[in-house]
Amino acid sequence: MPESHRTEKKENLEVMATTVQEPPKTEARRMPARSEAGISGNGGWRNLVPSEGHLLAVGEYSPPPSSSAIWVGIAAITMSFAAFTSALIVRQGSSTDWRHITLPSILYLSTTLLLVSSVTLEIARRRVATFMGGLKSQVASPGRWLYVTLSLGLLFVAGQYMAWLQLRSKGLYLATNPNSSFFYVFTAVHALHVMGGLGGLVRVISKLNRSVLRRSTLDATSYYWHFMGVLWLYLFLLLRMKL
Amino acid sequence: MDATSAAHAAQHHAPPTSFIRKHVFSLDHKVIGKQYYALALVAVLTGMVLSWLMRIHLGWNNAAIPGLQFLSANGAPAGKMTPEYYLELMTMHATIMVFFVLTTAPFAAFGNYFLPIQVGAEDMPFPHFNMMSFWTTFVAFCVLISVFFVGDGPPLSGWTAYAPLSAIGKVAGPGQGTGQVLWATAIGIFCIGQLLGALNFISTVLDMRTKGMTLARLPVTAWAWFITSCMGLTAFAVLMPACVLLILDHVAGTSFFVASGLVINDQLLPHSGGSTLLWQHLFWFFGHPEVYIAIVPGMGIITHVLITNMRRPMLSMKAILYSLWALAFLSYMVYGHHMFVSGMNPFSSLAFSFPTLMITIPSTILVLIWIGSLYGSKLRINSASLFALGFVSMFVSGGVSGFFLAQPSIDIMLHATYFVVGHFHMVMGVAAMFGIFSGTYFWFPKMTGRMMNETLGKVHFWLSFVGTYCIFMPFHYLGWAANVRRFASFTDDFLKPLIPLHQFITVAALFTGAVQLIFIYNLIHSRFKGAPAPDNPWEGTSLEWSMPSPPPWNNFGGKDPVVYHDPYQYGVKTSTGADYVMQNSPEQVATGGD
Repeated sequence: MPESHRTEKKENLEVMATTVQEPPKTEARRMPARSEAGISGNGGWRNLVPSEGHLLAVGEYSPPPSSSAIWVGIAAITMSFAAFTSALIVRQGSSTDWRHITLPSILYLSTTLLLVSSVTLEIARRRVATFMGGLKSQVASPGRWLYVTLSLGLLFVAGQYMAWLQLRSKGLYLATNPNSSFFYVFTAVHALHVMGGLGGLVRVISKLNRSVLRRSTLDATSYYWHFMGVLWLYLFLLLRMKL
Repeated sequence: MDATSAAHAAQHHAPPTSFIRKHVFSLDHKVIGKQYYALALVAVLTGMVLSWLMRIHLGWNNAAIPGLQFLSANGAPAGKMTPEYYLELMTMHATIMVFFVLTTAPFAAFGNYFLPIQVGAEDMPFPHFNMMSFWTTFVAFCVLISVFFVGDGPPLSGWTAYAPLSAIGKVAGPGQGTGQVLWATAIGIFCIGQLLGALNFISTVLDMRTKGMTLARLPVTAWAWFITSCMGLTAFAVLMPACVLLILDHVAGTSFFVASGLVINDQLLPHSGGSTLLWQHLFWFFGHPEVYIAIVPGMGIITHVLITNMRRPMLSMKAILYSLWALAFLSYMVYGHHMFVSGMNPFSSLAFSFPTLMITIPSTILVLIWIGSLYGSKLRINSASLFALGFVSMFVSGGVSGFFLAQPSIDIMLHATYFVVGHFHMVMGVAAMFGIFSGTYFWFPKMTGRMMNETLGKVHFWLSFVGTYCIFMPFHYLGWAANVRRFASFTDDFLKPLIPLHQFITVAALFTGAVQLIFIYNLIHSRFKGAPAPDNPWEGTSLEWSMPSPPPWNNFGGKDPVVYHDPYQYGVKTSTGADYVMQNSPEQVATGGD
């Protein structure tokens, strides 16, 4: 095609209100060729898969399939507990039968356990991430801290159960007064969510042991677990504050 | 196969092989969408029959309905409905329709089927959650229906389950014991299903869009489902705790919703200090967004259908999207207008009245854009576009009465009358149903590979359109005449002169209900005997029309589509002479300049 025609056609295209838009420039991040990354497994894009038994299929090439889902889930749980909180405030403010209860002392211990478990999980996450990155391949047993976290989580749930027993020993049951009602409801619903988190931790450990752990799975489980800690701290303060 | 493609393939799920995986516990969003549709179909037929029973009783109060005694010997001895049983049927009609039809069909059914396709994904990010979402909803439906057959029948406290009636147990009346607990359990389970669904929908839009599918290029239906998911996520997350507390008031003796000193049937109840208003606040914080959860997907569907059939875009897609978001946002701020006469502070009524009037603005913008865009267009008349027009008509007719009800001074007079019943049935019930019908006629060829019968579709539309107006317009007159709702009979009071109108409505309801048999016949007959559908029968532009009818199990044949265009490029000049360009077509086109 002669140059003048090309120019004319280009101008015409510019004059016309074209509807087409260029495809976005964001190219999918390239997965290194197997030889580059030393991958011998069945790939690595989006998956953390073994590379001859090592976790070297690097997470940074793994755009998670859904990085926002965990935040969506956290938003829903936040809404539920916002509803519970508003119920507590309305119930307390609109009646004369509210009797403040003294929280069982074991809650201080279980709160500490849960907060420490967040720290241990974060250590675990960073160690696993480092291990995945292959930067410190000498890091041994990256899953050890996950077991510690799991144990602390189980102890927390056991602590909540013991708190119930302590309350029962004082004659405070679910229906005894509205404050005890909310205490049982909050702790039970939170503990159910924590048990969901424990399930997530078991899943992470299992995947790590099989070397099929996705970075995004580990991150999502960590965010959820940290959120459980923050949520409990909030509930604990709410129950303790005697508004 | 290089590493990228190998890993990418690993990320896709494998084709299902067993019958169970294919048709029952399927992970395929399309099968799950069809399962939701089937559930909604069963639910809507159940709900419609219940409304017939109620309407017959309202028109001919002493008439025995043959066979009704088999459903409830106590509720309908010798087929004659007791007032309590009327309320029980009313509760079940509303619960089934709101939760299992208006929420499941336009949102969960069509959304599941078409949202991943429209964003160019092979599936949702969490197929197992998706499957659980449907089966949880199915279990919720079974639990709800079980109340007909256990204890002393369904609860009579209405779909709003106001406390203390709903919270004090069987002393409050038939069905208020086991029936109410099962009701709250069913709704709690339903919430879990919808939360799982919303999680998937939101993640799909945020994370699963294909290359080139920017947010600005999402079809309006995808936006509508996304906005609805955001509402569902926040609304159902509030209803579930409310149901938990309600169940505890029943089974654990707590007093969240029951006040002190309540005496029922000469019996002092053991509860103390609960707040009846608390239930209403929690319920309506969910309840009003629920209205928009029911209608926003329909708005998306009919906009999509109208654009395709007008062969030109709407006047302003941005205004439509902003209006949908505004509806979603404001829906949380208006819920108190359901509680103007609840005894809450009158200043609160004013605070809720103002945003209620404000929410009419985005609604009006939507209507004006629909009508303004239709003006002068050469609309292709088919069953889908007719039902889309019917949606607009119903939304306007039912919406106008909302202006009255938004003002506390008028609402005090009209509260709990048939005016309110007419309002919400038209603006939310029938309009949403018309959206479902429009979507069905539009997408049936894609879902089944066969065309529906257009003649039957048009007959179905006109008879339904006239029929529903005959049913619900007179409700407004009844309301002005102070005809209270939730009353089982009006034989001995000042409302007696209105009974002929009730009889007319009953006849219209039976007729309109019978008309739906045409739809059912068309649906089933076309599924097996309909003419084969081409890939793009309506000459649409969005990605669902770029694939075979019906789509293969992996949607795009294992290849991710690339999107080049905004969703509604109609009225353009293409090399093939078509007046539209598909979203995934790389062809550069110029607008037609209309």
